[in-house]
Amino acid sequence: MLRFVAAIGAVFLTFLMSTGRIVMFAGLALASAFTPPFYLRAILREMINIGYFSLPVVGLTAIFTGMVLALQSYTGFSRFAAEGAVATVVVLSVTRELGPVITGLMVAGRVGAAMAAEIGTMRVTDQIDALTTLSTDPLRYLVLPRLLAGLITLPMLVVVADIIGVFGGYLVGVYKLGFNPEAYLNRTHQYLETTDVVSGLVKAAAFGFIIALMGCYHGYHSRGGAQGVGQATTHAVVSASVLILVFNYLITAAFFGR
Amino acid sequence: MSRAEAEPKISVRGVRKSFGRKRVLDGVDIDCGSGESLVVIGGSGTGKSVLVKCILGLLRPEEGSICIDGTETVGLPSAARERLLQRFGMLFQGSALFDSLTVWENVAFGLIQGRGMDRSAAREIALAKLASVGLGPEVSLLRTAELSGGMQKRVALARAIAAEPEIVFFDEPTTGLDPIMADVINDLIVKCVREVGTTAVSITHDMVSARKIADRIAMLHEGRIVWHGPTGEIDHSGNPYVDQFINGRAHGPIKMQVRAA
Repeated sequence: MLRFVAAIGAVFLTFLMSTGRIVMFAGLALASAFTPPFYLRAILREMINIGYFSLPVVGLTAIFTGMVLALQSYTGFSRFAAEGAVATVVVLSVTRELGPVITGLMVAGRVGAAMAAEIGTMRVTDQIDALTTLSTDPLRYLVLPRLLAGLITLPMLVVVADIIGVFGGYLVGVYKLGFNPEAYLNRTHQYLETTDVVSGLVKAAAFGFIIALMGCYHGYHSRGGAQGVGQATTHAVVSASVLILVFNYLITAAFFGR
Repeated sequence: MSRAEAEPKISVRGVRKSFGRKRVLDGVDIDCGSGESLVVIGGSGTGKSVLVKCILGLLRPEEGSICIDGTETVGLPSAARERLLQRFGMLFQGSALFDSLTVWENVAFGLIQGRGMDRSAAREIALAKLASVGLGPEVSLLRTAELSGGMQKRVALARAIAAEPEIVFFDEPTTGLDPIMADVINDLIVKCVREVGTTAVSITHDMVSARKIADRIAMLHEGRIVWHGPTGEIDHSGNPYVDQFINGRAHGPIKMQVRAA
């Protein structure tokens, strides 16, 4: 029994230590934002990497998510004659939940993995040590631009995903389920409130930060050559995905919990 | 009196460093004089790279003192460490070139990012440094992945000396190169040290390279300096570890580990 409790305690202590290390890592990187030099070009480059190059995959997942949502809502709601709520359900689901979560998970797979692999390779090939010897703070040069780019770019990406997702629902609603286009659009914005969109954008900013933080943290601390970089990449994607779902609940509870 | 004894540019005293339960450096004492070329030799895994990383501040020793020009550097705050690093150059074993940048951007990196120099002025210096290591301007726009191993070493050397540092560290500068390219790199190091008067600390297990570039040689074994002296005396050191190492004998006091510790 004592051994069992000790094992639980050890896991809990490991969790606390990991959390502490990640918070310290993020804190040190963010603290460097307040003193020069500022690497604005690096931030812009990362914003293009995260935002522009993720548009195809985010657009595709968003449109199919909106389409399947309209179809599922219709078949479900028709059982109790509530088909008229399809447009409202689509827009609320996409802006509050599916837009940010689907975008976050897609970007975690695409960008978080790439960040961990790039920084991890730099670590195991001594490029991060080389940065230090060239009087360049690796946290300021490598990590901060990615954290800021994630924070800024994910909300932009989610705005695009929201629009495309709602459009996907509109396509199915109008061309497959036979809704009147004008009535569908009226229903779409009739019950939509600013909070619905804002909560989604706050989630997006949090998810962007989490994805970049996990990618950078695991890459920065990778060890042992190609295998270590591979493990760092896996850890970055898995931890970012889990944290996205955890923070999704916490932010939802903060906005809409009673 | 040697230059190291007269005025140690670098003074290492009682440095200890462990990784887990494995003690890598176990009380290292060594000096390097201003303008001197010191080469640390020793087998693989004896802690040569760890020693250099401790001097650079990339690793923090658990015990001991490392002074540069008489100033203690262990435990320096990060801003002071950044200022100190501006006096250093480093050639890494695997070159450690930034593969996202072109050749000239690699060479100019420390000038642009570390010292805030204008890009066009830094580019001029980078091209001059590339020329000094025998690389023409046509190479400057290539990506580092397009270069051969020897060219990468030369670019890394140009990067290490671009800011004209007071002290340059060379980590296995000739490893993985053919004998001719190794000699080219050795010549460049000698030129850099003798002509510019830079202080150089090199680590290698290539004795041809060590004899060519060193004023003084120190041998590291099991975390301690077991012998040090002028390059000319190494063949008559009377030290069994040195004799076994420089003659490349399998049998002697140095037992090779066949299993990772």
